[in-house]
Amino acid sequence: MSNRIDVKKTYKLYINGVFPRTESGRTYEVKNAKGDFIANPCLASRKDLKDAVVAARAAQPGWNKATAYNKGQILYRIAEMLEGRSAQFVDEICAVTGVTKTAAVKEVNESVDRLVWYAGWSDKISSLTGALNPVAGPYYNFTIPESMGVIAAIAPESPSLLGLIDAISPIIVGGNTVVVLASNKAPLSAMSFAEVLATSDVPAGVINILTGKKEEIAPWMASHMDIDGFDISGLNKKMHTDIKVAGAENLKRIYSFKAAEPGRILAFLENKTVWHPIGI
Amino acid sequence: MSFEYAPAPESRTVVSIKAKYGHFIGGKFVAGNKHFPTINPATEEVLSQIALAGKAEVDAAVKAARKAYTTTWSKMSGRERGKYLFRIARIMQERSREFAVLETLDNGKPIRESRDTDIPLAAAHFFYHAGWADKLEYAGLGTVTKAHGVAGQIIPWNFPLLMLAWKVAPALAAGNTVVLKPAESTSLTALLFAEVCQQAELPAGVVNIVTGDGSTGALIVNHPGIDKIAFTGSTEVGKLIARAVAPTSKSVTLELGGKAANIVFEDAAIDEAVEGIVNGIFFNQGHVCCAGSRLLLQENIAEEVLEKLKVRMAKIRVGDPMDKNTDLGAINSKEQLNKITELTATGDSEGAQRWSAPCELPGKGFWFAPTIFIGVTQTHRIAREEIFGPVLSVLTFRTPQEAIDKANNTPFGLSAGIWSDKGSKILWASSQLRAGVIWANTFNKFDPTSPFGGYKESGWGREGGRHGLSAYLKGASHE
Repeated sequence: MSNRIDVKKTYKLYINGVFPRTESGRTYEVKNAKGDFIANPCLASRKDLKDAVVAARAAQPGWNKATAYNKGQILYRIAEMLEGRSAQFVDEICAVTGVTKTAAVKEVNESVDRLVWYAGWSDKISSLTGALNPVAGPYYNFTIPESMGVIAAIAPESPSLLGLIDAISPIIVGGNTVVVLASNKAPLSAMSFAEVLATSDVPAGVINILTGKKEEIAPWMASHMDIDGFDISGLNKKMHTDIKVAGAENLKRIYSFKAAEPGRILAFLENKTVWHPIGI
Repeated sequence: MSFEYAPAPESRTVVSIKAKYGHFIGGKFVAGNKHFPTINPATEEVLSQIALAGKAEVDAAVKAARKAYTTTWSKMSGRERGKYLFRIARIMQERSREFAVLETLDNGKPIRESRDTDIPLAAAHFFYHAGWADKLEYAGLGTVTKAHGVAGQIIPWNFPLLMLAWKVAPALAAGNTVVLKPAESTSLTALLFAEVCQQAELPAGVVNIVTGDGSTGALIVNHPGIDKIAFTGSTEVGKLIARAVAPTSKSVTLELGGKAANIVFEDAAIDEAVEGIVNGIFFNQGHVCCAGSRLLLQENIAEEVLEKLKVRMAKIRVGDPMDKNTDLGAINSKEQLNKITELTATGDSEGAQRWSAPCELPGKGFWFAPTIFIGVTQTHRIAREEIFGPVLSVLTFRTPQEAIDKANNTPFGLSAGIWSDKGSKILWASSQLRAGVIWANTFNKFDPTSPFGGYKESGWGREGGRHGLSAYLKGASHE
């Protein structure tokens, strides 16, 4: 064995395609299952959230304009990048959570496959949920799903990587941009996943990842007037009422989900109906 | 030279209004305790006394709805349920004149509109949803579909019977039972609808109607025996409801306010656009959540459009809603007239220029002449707040992108209009506008097959079409 000292990674936030430290200068300790120190990830602040929402809002029209084919390919590209770095994720998950290597491999494989599944939805959701409406008159009338805007999400504590992917993917596949808060106890794979995103042709600002405390960040997300929807699947049920009350200020669409299902994509889409007369 | 129109009044003999009404609970009319008057807003004549439902009545209605749900309605096959809805649609058609006259007397809208729009569309909603009742498994996205149970439904005064149909028809088709509260000032057609339910032999308790004011509505929203809330009304009340249901597992749909932009591009067919502008804001006295209340004119055609608009507005016939020639009827209530008067006063004080059509307003009743404000800027209250009256705010733009930016500069997102003869521009603009319903080269069109509802603070969910139906099914949408 060599005496080389290894180079450890500084875990930062992922906002607008770059990796800033929290403006607050706050961090917290992440320890492994045995209680040994692993890293000092950022404890994101309200200002970090604001910056992330500004980035997400700015990125939304461009991402929305990308064709469904293009969005599908970018999601698939994320899967490709994750597959290539799966060993690193397995190590990280094992180190932080103490699960067996088999379990970690399973989670990473499932994460890659889940991304591929969502990628395929991109150019199918409109044909399944859109409609040509047979109105009683000489009008061409159709309804199509459209992106909602900027969506916030709280990823579940575990599984920290798969849960994060289930939070992000259904939101962005329909043209929304996202600000997601990663697992508090196991945030490292989220920040490594940001490195995957940074090399996956995902435009800057489409996916923004924060690390920190749910109790702090979730109420700020709920009351933020430029967030249109909020996935609170990863939030303790006890907090749901307060979050929904705060979110009512701009009638945020607030949902929680139990599984990866198409309804998760639809929840953060709006249906638009267009009328035009038919005639000469 | 101008032609005078001879009066062409619709007869009111087709309706018989009782001196006093109760609630419709468990298939029967039950007497109310307290009452309040309902008036004809065109004459201020008291039409009847409406019961004010308190806790006891709402409890009884919810209990009746629950009993009907568990013992009858949820056990009945979709095919049989559907047949009741078909029956209701047919009886509404048979009694359509009666409904139209009653609606116009109680609401103040022109008989031409209640006769040709409200009532036929209400019947069409029942007919459309009747056909869904035995096809629910196809309404979702491969998920199991099940009714919520008891739906509490609260509707506004602008389209009383039509809003009832939008709420009750999909609820019943999906297998829910309902407790419905009509608006305080327009309960009569809902009570006539209760008679239709009796004639259709709808099982007792499937439809329950309690009348009252906001306090009755709050009792429904907060009732623990209700599984689903559907509300149409103001954004302010919509937010109260969203907060009230936050601790519960109630499913909610909200159809709220709007401040729609009606955009006229330089390549529009101007005469058609002028008709569309008039229809967009003066239909139903402007008491329309999706009214085209912000007119956005491309600068180089603004003068021409405004000139033609004023000529057209001067021909709007304002007056007796029962006259078949009337275009613009009465404002629904004194409160609403006060609100319109107050908001338009801010238009003057904030520097916009008011122009009202020269017309004679009746001495009695509540009236407001068709009015436009020119020189409105985006910060004016009349450009930001819903006036809910026959008042149009006119703004201008230079480029298509500026039109979109101005149109979207609002917390609302219910509807928008586009006038252009260029197909690609229409499709571009309709994709850029953040609103749930886009009317291109038309305005204020409605159909039971066509989903309606808003983005942003204009509400949650859709009504009409497959999308609207799914709001009344568990599992067809997300929790």
